[in-house]
Amino acid sequence: MSGPEGNAGGRDERDDGNEATETDADHELRVTKIRNGTVIDHVPGGLALTVLGVLGIDGSAGEVVSIGMNVPSDRLDRKDVLKIENRELTRDELDVLSLIAPAATINIVREYDVSGKHRVDRPEQVSGVISCPNPDCITAGNEPVSPTFDVLEEGVRCVYCETILGAEGASLTEHADIG
Amino acid sequence: MGQHLISAKQLSRADIERVLDHAAALERDSPTDRRSGTLLGLCFFEPSTRTRLSFEAAIKRLGGDALDMGAIEASSVTKGETLADTVRVLAGYVDALVLRHPSEGAARMASEFVSVPLINAGDGAGQHPTQTLLDLYTMRENVGLDGLSIGIMGDLKYGRTVHSLSLALTNFDTTQHLVSPESLRLPRGVRYDLEAAGASVQEHTDLSTVLPDLDVLYVTRIQRERFPDDAEYRAIAGEYRIDAATLEDAKENLIVMHPLPRVEEIAADVDETPHAKYFEQAKNGVAVRMALLDLALDGGGIFAADESGSLADWNEGADA
Repeated sequence: MSGPEGNAGGRDERDDGNEATETDADHELRVTKIRNGTVIDHVPGGLALTVLGVLGIDGSAGEVVSIGMNVPSDRLDRKDVLKIENRELTRDELDVLSLIAPAATINIVREYDVSGKHRVDRPEQVSGVISCPNPDCITAGNEPVSPTFDVLEEGVRCVYCETILGAEGASLTEHADIG
Repeated sequence: MGQHLISAKQLSRADIERVLDHAAALERDSPTDRRSGTLLGLCFFEPSTRTRLSFEAAIKRLGGDALDMGAIEASSVTKGETLADTVRVLAGYVDALVLRHPSEGAARMASEFVSVPLINAGDGAGQHPTQTLLDLYTMRENVGLDGLSIGIMGDLKYGRTVHSLSLALTNFDTTQHLVSPESLRLPRGVRYDLEAAGASVQEHTDLSTVLPDLDVLYVTRIQRERFPDDAEYRAIAGEYRIDAATLEDAKENLIVMHPLPRVEEIAADVDETPHAKYFEQAKNGVAVRMALLDLALDGGGIFAADESGSLADWNEGADA
């Protein structure tokens, strides 16, 4: 994407709700800042629950999770924001997240401060984080290999049986093995 | 490693021509001792007649010998051994391995565990690249490989010979007419690759509209087990069957091909027409596999001697 919405220093730089006080998003979201944990910002509008599914967060482990859905955003038009308390994401989790929310920014929050802010990197390949949906794929048996996928522009593709798994969040969630 | 043949997607035009040229030379010279003392391992986890026997004939005609794993019922596979372990052990006994397996991606995975060249002889509904090479050899001998209109008919979804052929044809100036019932169209993965290769492909549900334009008609079998009931199978399979009368509308020099075994999709009366090339095609399997094995066994890696470098990169290039 190009255009004015890609400019640094715009509203998106401040609207994760855990940085400068009194931003527009703070008012719109009515969500308090978190002390420790992760803020995932710039998730495509409507995919917050998918992201939680991919990360294996269903509330059963007691995490405090706040979600803003379809929040107006300069960069994405509508975006979702997730705040997960007392949880930092692993490399594998970031890899899978990059597949459904390539524009996401991850803020690691420690003692109310954003201690690390970074974009997800779209890897060329992901291994061991998604299982192949093809029941006849060699990785479906007991062979000593991890399901491995090449990352396409849209979706992922099993390097063994070459089945393509769509970019649509639901199918990735269904086959995600992390969490 | 750069030494395995896993998918037709690996094959460039130069790769294909090199194998076909070598096959033609071997057929002319019929050598008997080029690969004397060489052992080829045959690992067939699925029944096979033509492919297994033609590989065995090929290595024997090159002066080598074959070590056949035999039926899986009598092997350690029934004890639950993984494919990875099986091929790793067999690779220690032989100079090259040929693998057929019911799971897609089996050859790719197995190749990660062996240090000898591994040739995919069919992985489930995946790929069958050596069949493609003999298909192309047969086409080249009869009608050339460029400026062709090629019809591919039958089960395009599960037919691995079709997946490989269709991808390999993107190296040549061809238009592919894919004729199948709606439920047996090419799978998404193959479509993706065809699109990426910029292939000229048209899909049809009825042969009659395109038959008069075709130079090649490649027929495949529609399997009964792909349909929920017998009546549906019969109704659909019946629409994709040809006989001598069907071919009256075809070009005089149309060739009809089939990977065999055929059941009812080509009537026996086609055998007597000049169109029928499927038995010649099966026979070509030996020369083409001789060429492939001879290149595979050539020193430092399957096709490593190629000056352009493209063949040396077969395996690494597969993901590109």
